[in-house]
Amino acid sequence: MSALQDRIVAARAEGRAALVAYLPVGYPDVDTSIAAMVAAVEGGADVVEVGVPYSDPGMDGPVIQEAVDVAVRAGVGLPDVLRAVSAVAEAGAVPVVMSYWNPIERYGVDRFAEDLAAAGGAGMITPDLIPDEAGAWLAASDRTGLDRVFLVAPSSTDARLASTVAACRGFVYAASTMGVTGTRATVGDAAERLVARTRAVAGDLPVCVGLGVSDGDQAAEVAGFADGVIVGSAYVRTLLEDRGPDGVRVLSRELAEGVRRAKVRT
Amino acid sequence: MTLSAHAPAPDVPDATAPAQWPDATGHFGVYGGRFVPEALIAALDELTAAYEAMRVDPEFVQEFARLQRDYTGRPSPVTEVPKFAEHCGGARVLLKREDLNHTGSHKINNVLGQALLTKRIGKQRVIAETGAGQHGVATATAAALMGLSCTVYMGEEDTRRQALNVARMRLLGAEVIPVTTGSRTLKDAINEAFRDWVTNVETTNYVFGTVAGPHPFPAMVRDFQRVIGDEARAQLLEREGRLPDVVLACVGGGSNAIGIFTAFVPDGGVRLIGLEAGGDGVETGRHAATITGGDPGVLHGARSYLLQDVNGQTIESHSISAGLDYPGVGPEHSFLHDIGRAEYRPVTDAQAMEAFALLCRTEGIIPAIESAHALAGAMQVGQELGPDAVLLVNLSGRGDKDVETASAWFGLGDRTAPTDGDERAVEAGRGAEPGPGLDEDQHATEGAVTNDEAVAGQDAGEQQ
Ligand SMILES: Cc1ncc(COP(=O)(O)O)c(C=O)c1O
Repeated sequence: MSALQDRIVAARAEGRAALVAYLPVGYPDVDTSIAAMVAAVEGGADVVEVGVPYSDPGMDGPVIQEAVDVAVRAGVGLPDVLRAVSAVAEAGAVPVVMSYWNPIERYGVDRFAEDLAAAGGAGMITPDLIPDEAGAWLAASDRTGLDRVFLVAPSSTDARLASTVAACRGFVYAASTMGVTGTRATVGDAAERLVARTRAVAGDLPVCVGLGVSDGDQAAEVAGFADGVIVGSAYVRTLLEDRGPDGVRVLSRELAEGVRRAKVRT
Repeated sequence: MTLSAHAPAPDVPDATAPAQWPDATGHFGVYGGRFVPEALIAALDELTAAYEAMRVDPEFVQEFARLQRDYTGRPSPVTEVPKFAEHCGGARVLLKREDLNHTGSHKINNVLGQALLTKRIGKQRVIAETGAGQHGVATATAAALMGLSCTVYMGEEDTRRQALNVARMRLLGAEVIPVTTGSRTLKDAINEAFRDWVTNVETTNYVFGTVAGPHPFPAMVRDFQRVIGDEARAQLLEREGRLPDVVLACVGGGSNAIGIFTAFVPDGGVRLIGLEAGGDGVETGRHAATITGGDPGVLHGARSYLLQDVNGQTIESHSISAGLDYPGVGPEHSFLHDIGRAEYRPVTDAQAMEAFALLCRTEGIIPAIESAHALAGAMQVGQELGPDAVLLVNLSGRGDKDVETASAWFGLGDRTAPTDGDERAVEAGRGAEPGPGLDEDQHATEGAVTNDEAVAGQDAGEQQ
């Protein structure tokens, strides 16, 4: 069974989408980042993407780059990430690690899978690892029962949508716009089209949408067609603007209200 | 080493024959592959399919050959350098003169191929990363020739070190975007180029500058660069009636090295030696010797050796040579290293600059500082092998761009090399500061950049 899918299905049973919050470990420091994750949960996040800082975040825009750069320079690593995972689980949300591939490979895929499972993590989202290259992770996640979330994009062919979805467990991450992370003025209908195409091959597997959502209204809009709304840069910006865990809690409340506002398909 | 050490092998390698590696999904043994966001897979698939069709298309083969001959000036000559060779244990040293190519380095070989491919897939805009600026200049040149819009990402640190090339790119009509993230060098320029590509992929092709990156770049760039070794092998056989004992080339990402190695890979008796940038010395930690001082991992879309710390973070590299100042290396080099077909050695800044000065004074050839690393390797290997050895060295580029750095190194005149804190290059009107009308900021990928608003074609330089 899948901790992520269970949580998202539970939200659906309440007639709403799940709120998925991304925050990187180590900005502005490890303890504050963990406090911010807990605050996100207190404000209403169902799932927390615990971000692993990486020196070359090719898929991230300037906001997330600025924050992870600080964490990378401070030497934040996977032991800190595992501590954050435990804290999120304790706070009552489902923790899922979000990592570029090299830090995981460096730590050891099998070792990380075991340590992540032991820390109470649900699994991992891998933005630069496609299932085609994921042999070791597929095996490790099967062995440890962890979820594995791969991304689909508007440019994915139907064949790739099908094969990527087949490799996912927990949910499918629909990267809604072509581009890097960052808040956007509009969500755009590319997201809705991608979700529809993904659903056609996803069966029961939830589809969550990320890249660009920044406020309650956008969360409500996305919640109208997706099972989960993923918010990253808006949370990180809150920390960059020195609004701290309290600001994160306030943002979470607004977003949690947003995902409840939309009429969700059942 | 004697002339009879090698049976003459007069067969000409067939550049269009299927290569032994990579496999169908771009793996060289365990290296290579595609470690990129899903959003780029369709573009990489498109590129792979278009490239596979193009490389065997007689029309392309003819057009590519015509450009290489009439535009680049191929074949490049092989020059024996006996006075320099006196410093190489008396071994014979022959230089493959990629410095004489139009635009001044081997980079043009690859770029013409990828520019033709860009036209073939119907895209109007190209982007490129550049370190020393040679790949940027070559891409800007090809874009001007073929009527494509061109944006080049260059680390801010490198825009200062290689200010001359920034000016060249702008003269050629390209937009140069100084990258201010991370170490502000080639690695960060690549990150920024990938971010641009994923945002604008519908209109834009990424002309990658070396044999690194996700499949198909390592194989495709190799195929476009293998002309170096194909020519040199034939030139040596014709002139000397034999193959060299050793082929040497500097290794940044590895394209000039793969370019000259490939034809010789099947010639088991020919040693292939790649010279990495040893910076202040590998033991100091301030270097760019990726295979010598790194471990396998994933960077910029492929598995290969890289410089990384215990957390898997890329370590910033250091080299006097902007073109070698890169913490990664192409996956085929990692593979050739692991199977023992090629050797990789570090050359320090000081050793490279000694070789640089020697070639200038003994032979009247000012090499690129990158290429000087290969020359320094020849000095070492020549000492080891002695007077009978024949060394073929890839002189990948010319040193015009490096005059300021070299002057500073040797204390010539009152000029010092531009550094981060140095405003002189900027004052001279050719530093990191873009001229009027040119984009100063990096591309606005933060914000409402969607497919519909992707920076399109010839207008790319006007959007922000
Ligand atoms: C003259 C010259 N040689 C070598 C290099 C290093 O690149 P590569 O290792 O791909 O040949 C560069 C890169 O800028 C260059 O300009």
